[in-house]
Amino acid sequence: MDLTRREEQLLNGAEGDAISSAYRILAAVGEATNASKLVPIEWAHISGVNYNTIGEAGRRFLEEFCRDARVRVKTTINPMGFDRDNTSSIPQDFINKQMSIINSYKSIGVKDSFTCTPYEAYHLPKAGSFVSLAETNAAVFANSMLGLLTNKESALSALAAAVTGKAPLSELRINQLRTPKHTIIPSFEMDNELSYGLLGYFAGKEIKASSVGINGVKIRGIHEAKALSAGIGTMGDLGMFILSSKSKGEAISFGKSEAKSTRDELNSAERGDIILFGSPQLGLPELKLLAKDTEGKKFTKPCLIFCARQIHNQAKSIGLVDRLERTGAKFMCDCCICLTPLVTKQNADSVVTNSVKGAYYMKNANKLNVALQDSKSITKEYMT
Amino acid sequence: MTIKCQKIVGGHAVGDAIVTREPINFLTMVDSATGKISYQNHELFGRSMKGSVLVFPKAVGSSVGAYTIYSMKAASTAPVAIVCTEQADIITASGCAISNIPMVKITNGFAQVSFESELKLSIDSTNGVIVIMRNK
Repeated sequence: MDLTRREEQLLNGAEGDAISSAYRILAAVGEATNASKLVPIEWAHISGVNYNTIGEAGRRFLEEFCRDARVRVKTTINPMGFDRDNTSSIPQDFINKQMSIINSYKSIGVKDSFTCTPYEAYHLPKAGSFVSLAETNAAVFANSMLGLLTNKESALSALAAAVTGKAPLSELRINQLRTPKHTIIPSFEMDNELSYGLLGYFAGKEIKASSVGINGVKIRGIHEAKALSAGIGTMGDLGMFILSSKSKGEAISFGKSEAKSTRDELNSAERGDIILFGSPQLGLPELKLLAKDTEGKKFTKPCLIFCARQIHNQAKSIGLVDRLERTGAKFMCDCCICLTPLVTKQNADSVVTNSVKGAYYMKNANKLNVALQDSKSITKEYMT
Repeated sequence: MTIKCQKIVGGHAVGDAIVTREPINFLTMVDSATGKISYQNHELFGRSMKGSVLVFPKAVGSSVGAYTIYSMKAASTAPVAIVCTEQADIITASGCAISNIPMVKITNGFAQVSFESELKLSIDSTNGVIVIMRNK
């Protein structure tokens, strides 16, 4: 990758260690993805916020890095470890460590968004803009639904993009490379959000490419696009899908048996002790659907709804929060299902969720058993 | 025997190879305190990457995996070098860049070499050369 003379100077420390480190990251990612040069970006979204994920080494790294850096573009960040307004069950040491991370990020000028769905909580740049998004579901959603151009960035490459305002021109930032070479063809009716999530997870694991075509699938609501994006982003290389009526390139069937074996990989329990909604965090349309399905009923198990604080505030103002809280459900802002310290082996053996991504992290990171069911069957089975 | 490789992060290191055909999700499959693969369904389950040359296809999964590589380096449990055999991915590249771990991608020559036997490798990323020093 060619750097300009100024970029070379910055790489060599002209503006301090942090910016030098950022250019070192961009240079390595540029080599890895065969980029020709760096291009200016208009938005960055950083992951690596939850103390549970980046740990003490990450916390110390950010403390040092953020001392002499500043974001150059609008920058949002992923969920943290807990809800800022609801910390009673969180150990004080965890709170202190988490707040240290937050303070580092705030000191460089990021927005305190704590969301994995920045596309619902903020106005993103117009289609065709270069961005740098680390959260996998957000990167897939932005490429596929919003026409933004981003690679599936890492926590560190998005941080580097935020403080330099630049990202490598490669892979999904190049229009010609966004054309899929494989098309997935579902052979059964995709009738709920879980089947979109399973299709996405299947595609991510099967296809070694950055973009995939999906044939004959309609997206009727944003909840299906989110489930598909999150499923795709959970594992593998894929950073984008294109819905098409024609099959291009290699055709791959996604039938009932593929859906079943994908579910069997993540599903390890018949029932759950805690119900989890919100990976990705729920938006207003999903809260409205859930309120409709739960009207006048009560959950028979504890139920946590994860959403961004901005979405919670909007939902509150139109009475949605009160409606959902009457079912016994509890809202969790600022945090999400993935690697939350709120749901552990100490308080549950198993969880039930409609999220494929949530199931993956509950099973593999939090080491809990998971019952994976669609939202409608959860509200049928776990309510009176 | 030497193999040409593509430099992703510069540097030079020598170590015993730890080889897998399966991708790694660093965040969910690795215990950074020990450098061991902690995911039961991975073929390297229980094996430590500490001080070794990790030869693997690519990283997958969480974007936060880059911090896991950094955490291993901070805990002195990281590999001394990383070789990607399928794709030089963004997670590994950014994690190695910040941790000063030499990283290369094998562009050719891989087919002629069996990485299954126990190997000692010298990774000279800066010059784009891997030297097989010992085939135990």
